[in-house]
Amino acid sequence: MQLSMWTYEGPPHVGAMRIAASMEGLHYVLHAPQGDTYADLLFTMIERRPSRPPVTYTTFQARDLGASTADVFKSACHDAVERFQPEALLVGASCTAELLQDDPGGLAKTLELDIPVVPLELPSYQKKENWGASETFYRLVRAFAGNRQRSETIQPNSCNILGPTSLGFRNRDDIREISGLLRENGLDVRIVAPLGARPADLARLPEAAFNIVLYPEIAETAARWLQKAHNMPFVSTVPIGVEATQRFIGEARALAGLEETPLTGVETDRLSWYSKSIDSNYLTGKRVFIFGDATHAIAAARIASRELGFKVCGLGTYMREFARDVRAAAQAYNVEPLITDDHLQVEEAILEARPELVLGTQMERHIAKRLRVPCAVISAPVHVQDFPARYSPQMGFEGANVIFDSWVHPLMMGLEEHLLSMFRDDFEFNDDAAASHLHAHSPAQADTPVKAVVPDASTAQDTAISLSEAPSLWTDEAERELKKVPFFVRGKARRNTETFAADNGIHPITVETLYDAKAHFAR
Amino acid sequence: MNQTFRPGCERSATIRERGQHEVFCGLTSIIWLHRKVQDAFFLIVGSRTCAHLMQSAAGVMIFSEPRFATAIMEERDLAGMADMHDELDGVVEKLLARRPDIKMLVLVGSCPSEVIKFDLGKAAERLNRHYAPKHRVICYSGSGIETTFTQGEENFLAALVRDEPDAGKSQDSAKLVVAGCLPDVVEDQFQRLFKDLGIDGVHFLPGRTSAAMPKIDRSTRFVLAQPYLGAAAQALESRGASRINAIFPLGEEGTTAWLKAIADAFEVSEERFETVTAPARKRAWAALSHYRHLLSGKRVFLFPDSQLEPSLARFLAREIGAQIVEVGSPYLHREHVAGELALLPPGVALSEGQDVDRQIDRCRAADPDLIVCGMGLANPFEAEGRLTKWSIEFAFTPIQGYEQAGDLAELFARPLVRRNALSGKPATEEGASCS
Repeated sequence: MQLSMWTYEGPPHVGAMRIAASMEGLHYVLHAPQGDTYADLLFTMIERRPSRPPVTYTTFQARDLGASTADVFKSACHDAVERFQPEALLVGASCTAELLQDDPGGLAKTLELDIPVVPLELPSYQKKENWGASETFYRLVRAFAGNRQRSETIQPNSCNILGPTSLGFRNRDDIREISGLLRENGLDVRIVAPLGARPADLARLPEAAFNIVLYPEIAETAARWLQKAHNMPFVSTVPIGVEATQRFIGEARALAGLEETPLTGVETDRLSWYSKSIDSNYLTGKRVFIFGDATHAIAAARIASRELGFKVCGLGTYMREFARDVRAAAQAYNVEPLITDDHLQVEEAILEARPELVLGTQMERHIAKRLRVPCAVISAPVHVQDFPARYSPQMGFEGANVIFDSWVHPLMMGLEEHLLSMFRDDFEFNDDAAASHLHAHSPAQADTPVKAVVPDASTAQDTAISLSEAPSLWTDEAERELKKVPFFVRGKARRNTETFAADNGIHPITVETLYDAKAHFAR
Repeated sequence: MNQTFRPGCERSATIRERGQHEVFCGLTSIIWLHRKVQDAFFLIVGSRTCAHLMQSAAGVMIFSEPRFATAIMEERDLAGMADMHDELDGVVEKLLARRPDIKMLVLVGSCPSEVIKFDLGKAAERLNRHYAPKHRVICYSGSGIETTFTQGEENFLAALVRDEPDAGKSQDSAKLVVAGCLPDVVEDQFQRLFKDLGIDGVHFLPGRTSAAMPKIDRSTRFVLAQPYLGAAAQALESRGASRINAIFPLGEEGTTAWLKAIADAFEVSEERFETVTAPARKRAWAALSHYRHLLSGKRVFLFPDSQLEPSLARFLAREIGAQIVEVGSPYLHREHVAGELALLPPGVALSEGQDVDRQIDRCRAADPDLIVCGMGLANPFEAEGRLTKWSIEFAFTPIQGYEQAGDLAELFARPLVRRNALSGKPATEEGASCS
């Protein structure tokens, strides 16, 4: 039994729903009690989907338990096929129905439906949402592409894109970006699945030369099976960031035998130049804490470190299935990997790491907001505002541009920092006046109730995340001198000085200590 | 599966359906219960689905540490590799160490815990031996196989009433218990009205803290502030309290009728009742008049959600002149809502339970001007060009009492105002803004 206040992932049948809702012509009959229909609102509210997800819930009740919940399932299944006329049916059980052991697959078989039925076994008490999505996609691919013969003549530049789903982080825009990029570079993109595909499209997957796995959490299992069953290789480099996008296109072109022609698309990369421009000098060494699904977290760490010049001070994932990859990446940045689905543990790790920027999920956004640390969302689970109206991919060169904007804007920009220090003695200018561009992203003061561990809100910028200082550590004079340090670096100055004092057994901290520490930490 | 029947006392046939219910389960009522009783913590004994439901339905991702959580059952619990009672004790220990300020721990049963017949009563008894009186432990079921949305509150209140006998022996017994969660602001308004009517010894159930439990006995009268409290009413009656029968305090008419029933039970004179309520009634009518022109004659279809639907329909029909096409309710407590049903205009279709696909068919065929429905259905209807109002707002917004009558009308008017604004129609009257 696990105590949970907040979960990063839903149950596995929600993963199956994401696959069903991604595809056309597919319907999912879920053996489930009243209440499980809440999952519909993930699609209709968070993603603003204009139609109900293609799911029928059997809604069995306590009084059915004594009689026959199996009959309830059968009639729901029959009615759903008649009403929605799907091309194929998924059947399965939610956590409660799993305990009843009604065997939805077997029951559906007795109905002798004239459409393919794919039964799902998703152990709710062991597995979670992403696993459920991956398993469902794999089962579907196997069911429809299993008995296909691969043709002798296959276009070498033909490929499929696997993995994008409903409720995936920016998947809608990633597909457009990556499909366009691949086409520009001479590739023939055939099927994109599961998002937008029909069951019959899955049968045509083996007609392409190779697969591209954009989201390994969803599609790696299916791609591995296609490799084994149909000898289809797959590209597994995830094109998030400029460097990875270039490598990704290179790999795809190599598989297609297109190495000779020049690579296009890179001219739309602005991240690289923006990152070199002098304004970005101020980004150097900013401490960034990263947490999310494995793919986005690992990619974020790589971009943060190599493309933006940040310092990765924490890296983790809630997906144990991909713990090994995240551990390897963490080692490269010399940080302790954090593999957990307990958000309280993540909060502790963030406090410990004292980042200047948090890149995470919706949950880390809230943690960062409470701690008054700038934050950007990089991974599911996300909320309604992470399905923006504008085109806003994460992948490809345009994705890298979007990432530059969304990670750098919450921070103080270089020119602005420069002007701030110039004007800091002006009577109209004070520490409480945040920079003009910060309102949209940065934590507003007193926006959310602050727990007792968080310091006085009026000095938020100053003491953001620095929670330990007792006033008696500093002499009054040293405290006054510290106030002369521009507020946006004051937190760091305070931290460094206190670390220096603690390391050297100095108490109290005087003006002298402040400048000794400054010299000590000078870069 | 549909059967139509016509009991003698009812004006219209009831469509009874069983099929897919697009309604939350009883766990969802924890969203307002935990805000109401501020020293209580609700621990669901359930699955990952329960935890996911709670955070999705409430949008509670905003609070990183709310006063509810889920003890998620895992494979080893079900396979018997771990003793679930020991496991639960471990979870509770961890929780109370983290939140020592919690005075009342509420164990909440779920679909999976009910199906495996996990004995929460036994667990509560054992935990009470260990933690009471510092932390009192009670339990109830909010499982979807037995309860819909608001019935979770019903079971919670019943558990509170049943648990009380040892508490508060020294205090005077309550003269009037107002049962059913009301927002604090509404409670305060009612409390002032009761004082002006000369009724004292009034207690609200649940109280704002777990210790605020009134003493209930044969001298206690109670009135329901919400229509979904069958089990809670039974629990109060079994303690000797007697129910004051009334319609529910929604709108001016509902509030007046509700207060009048109470006033009559306490023998408040007609004059005094008139003097006390007249100014508030006048204000309520003034507020309603801002919206009546927007909603008058509009055809409204209500999907089942909170069991408030018959009261909402009565308000819409009688106070702002809307036409009601169908009133759905997940469950109808015949006795408690008899007064409401009697006030519905003839010809209104009433449905209990749900087969959501058939109901959507009926709704499309009727082509109403406004559809009151849950969040799973609202955007799909909007995408078809139909106007909707999220029903969950009626459970979360202060709508009861005189001072909220206008706000209640505004909730229905807002989608219409918005459509006008977006279609470039002339600006609507003042008071119809969407602030």
